[in-house]
Amino acid sequence: MAQYTFIASRDPFESRESEHTMSLAGELRRSGHEVTVFLVQNGVLGARKSSGSQGLSKLAREGVRILADTFSLKERGIDHARLEDGIEPAELDLVVDHLAEGRRVIWH
Amino acid sequence: MSEKKKITVSIMDGPFENARTVTALRLIDIAARRGYDITVFAYEGAVSLAFVKQTAHANAVHGRDAAEEDHPLPREWIAALLQTATANGGSIDWINCGLCVDERGMSEAIPGTRRGSPADLLKAAEAADGTLIIGTR
Repeated sequence: MAQYTFIASRDPFESRESEHTMSLAGELRRSGHEVTVFLVQNGVLGARKSSGSQGLSKLAREGVRILADTFSLKERGIDHARLEDGIEPAELDLVVDHLAEGRRVIWH
Repeated sequence: MSEKKKITVSIMDGPFENARTVTALRLIDIAARRGYDITVFAYEGAVSLAFVKQTAHANAVHGRDAAEEDHPLPREWIAALLQTATANGGSIDWINCGLCVDERGMSEAIPGTRRGSPADLLKAAEAADGTLIIGTR
């Protein structure tokens, strides 16, 4: 089992490419890998409860760990209470943890 | 005692353009504070991040002089990161892609950074515990 961390920096309402990344994350999870999606910058806009966040919620239910950068949330005035179910606020330190652990960290 | 961690980060965006630069520097800052050995490979527009002639300026729209505007300069952030790494027992090998430097005439970079080639990125990635490539998309 490999460990993957996707850093999702793009606004999912602006680019459909985010869907492809989430699709890949889901496929890797269903293939038995450990997968984390870390939302950062405008990527956190998709973490708010909305029709656009249901895909993330579904990934979380499948076992993908979905995290949203606290700094990016604060920059955009998004309170943690507005996050979709299954999405947790997290510090960017976690990405450095994953790099140091040798996980496969992929920027999108 | 655990072995010191090594990470490699590659960045591509020029200064004053994209939040990716801020996120990349935040990641490097976290690793520097941990005393990691960090290689940064700056290529394409990112070779301008350490350009020594970046200058703060006044902003007439804001009605402020240069001191009041306190314009942020990436070269100063990079210098601070280099100091942070050293102070915590780590290091930053900041490499500016030579081809990209020549294309842009950005040969004057702050002390503590150096010129290199994509081969340096490959070597750093092979030696690192983890590598993050941050493209422009």
